[in-house]
Amino acid sequence: MADTLHSWNPTVATTAARPASKLLKFLRRRSAIAFVMCLPLMTVIGGLVIYPAFYSIYLSMLNKSQTRFIGLSNFTYLLSRDVFWMVVEQSAIFALTAVFFKALIGLVTAHLINNLPVKGQRKWRGMLLVPWVIPLALSTLGWWWMFDPTHSALNWIINLFGGDEIAWLSNPYWARFSVILVNVWYGAPFFLIMYLAALKSVPEQLYEAAAIDGASAWQKFVHITLPMMRNIIAITILFSLIVTFANFDIVQIMTAGGPRNMTHVFATYSFLTGIRSGDLPLGSAVSLFMLPILAVSAIFILRGVRKRGREIG
Amino acid sequence: MAEVALRNVVKKYDDVVAVSSINLDIPNNEFLVLVGPSGCGKSTTLRMIAGLEEITAGEIVIGGEVVNDLPPKDRDIAMVFQNYALYPHMTVAENMSFGLKLRKFAKDEIKARVDNAAKILDITELLTRRPKQLSGGQRQRVAMGRAIVRNPKVFLFDEPLSNLDAKLRVQMRTEIKRVHQKVKTTTIYVTHDQVEAMTLADRIVVMNGGKIEQIGSPNDLYHHPKTRFVAGFIGSPAMNLIPAKLETNGSSLKVRLSDNLSFPVPENRAARYRGAIGKDVLLGLRPEHITETRGANGASGNSHEFPATLDVVEPMGMETMVFFKVDGVEVCGRVEPTAAKGSGETMLLRANLDHMHLIDPNTNRVL
Repeated sequence: MADTLHSWNPTVATTAARPASKLLKFLRRRSAIAFVMCLPLMTVIGGLVIYPAFYSIYLSMLNKSQTRFIGLSNFTYLLSRDVFWMVVEQSAIFALTAVFFKALIGLVTAHLINNLPVKGQRKWRGMLLVPWVIPLALSTLGWWWMFDPTHSALNWIINLFGGDEIAWLSNPYWARFSVILVNVWYGAPFFLIMYLAALKSVPEQLYEAAAIDGASAWQKFVHITLPMMRNIIAITILFSLIVTFANFDIVQIMTAGGPRNMTHVFATYSFLTGIRSGDLPLGSAVSLFMLPILAVSAIFILRGVRKRGREIG
Repeated sequence: MAEVALRNVVKKYDDVVAVSSINLDIPNNEFLVLVGPSGCGKSTTLRMIAGLEEITAGEIVIGGEVVNDLPPKDRDIAMVFQNYALYPHMTVAENMSFGLKLRKFAKDEIKARVDNAAKILDITELLTRRPKQLSGGQRQRVAMGRAIVRNPKVFLFDEPLSNLDAKLRVQMRTEIKRVHQKVKTTTIYVTHDQVEAMTLADRIVVMNGGKIEQIGSPNDLYHHPKTRFVAGFIGSPAMNLIPAKLETNGSSLKVRLSDNLSFPVPENRAARYRGAIGKDVLLGLRPEHITETRGANGASGNSHEFPATLDVVEPMGMETMVFFKVDGVEVCGRVEPTAAKGSGETMLLRANLDHMHLIDPNTNRVL
């Protein structure tokens, strides 16, 4: 009897404890803890990014009054419009030119700062980061004021040197130049700080080995610095392409897409059609066109990054 | 292949003197090792020869030419770094040929040299790999390969084995010696490991506090150290340095270690030490000269037996280290494993005074 009792008691205990201990065991796993801790962020991303993204896909397939499902008609309509193709072209010019100059200026200034004595570096780094720190809407207003055709600082300086005033924001080509210039001014510090960090991570002994191998300063840059920075360059360019392609505030504040739609990019054109003209489905369709373009470039760039990461380690 | 000379070379960082007035002549094909503790200026000296550090004063001559103002690439030297400094984005072959490509060598010539160096170092099958895919020892070989292909006047090694594990370090040490015998180039090698210095060098330069303590062959430094630092630094386990007093013993001399322990000084050394009679000195005696009394080990007219109570006994297999105290100072002896007593026991030991040194504690010079 005593034996039976003995064996019976623990059985009850284990069956009762099993579900609770299983849950506890699951929760104690590192991956489970990580998942639980990420859950708030995932909820925010789900609510603010994933849901709107799918909703905009749904929206882009409705008619203007959002009463009828019209399939891909909004997309085919856009593809038949000259203005839309102009926006595609302008977005590409805007993003590629701006990213190219941001990367170039970032790389050159990062090198200059890296070659300064350590004491001076912090001061310059701080000053050069200012454009990136000021709220973009505010600094763009400052630029807008400087581009003013009549009383602005830029035209005053040009006048001082005997030049003719430039209609910065009303001449279509100067307007394109201006929005790209402001974007470069704003975005270059990001590249500067990323490249400076990358430069500092290249072991000094590689340069010493190269110096002994007979490399000049330029050869060190081409054969050591650039290959060692290739991944960070690729990632910053991809990241900046995405952000610049989707840029809204600079163009909207400075030109609102004008004159004659010649500075519109995807985001401002989407805003114009969706909000200003009250055709939300068409606006959604415009913004969705960015997706395949960015996805393809992301795939190519990230594939290269992974490959080099495996090689260099 | 070239001789290297350093004339009154000084290196200062602001007011801190890293290397003070070094003079050194390294003949053609010599394997010279700079050895010393961290911060003694050995690496700085090597980097000055390489041209990676500017010299504050003095002159560096390679192959008869003053190279003070020449950049590293024009000094015709090759260097192997402590962490190898292999270019991670290049294959082994590209790493080795990089210097030749920059110097615009013909493709056939580059290939021939790389293949030859790879053969010498036994890394032919690694040529297409990247540094990441290599083990520490293989990386070390590639770094040496990169130096060999250049066929430079001088090889510089900056602590090349310190990143390897103990076993591999011994292997690579032999490898470096073998390569030097094959390639025969003036080599300057920096290390803090005195065993490496002893095994590799034709001549050793012992540095301390930015100065040269002594230059000599490994045997010379081991048996005839000139300073207290060299006596203590070269040899493992280190030489025992026991405070003592030099006294007269009739017509001869004796060193008194404690109230009840003194050793007679060998006759042939008495004249040399006469100036220090009555003074405090340090008796320097290597562990292998304090042995068991059994057998003929160290027995000569100048050996002296004494009892010692052992503190610690360390069996090493082929020998046993015994530690005991003389007037509070720890002393190490090296005895036959079968003769060793246990710790706490008293053992009769024999000091062979033919190999003794006396050091003046004020000047730290060996008398």
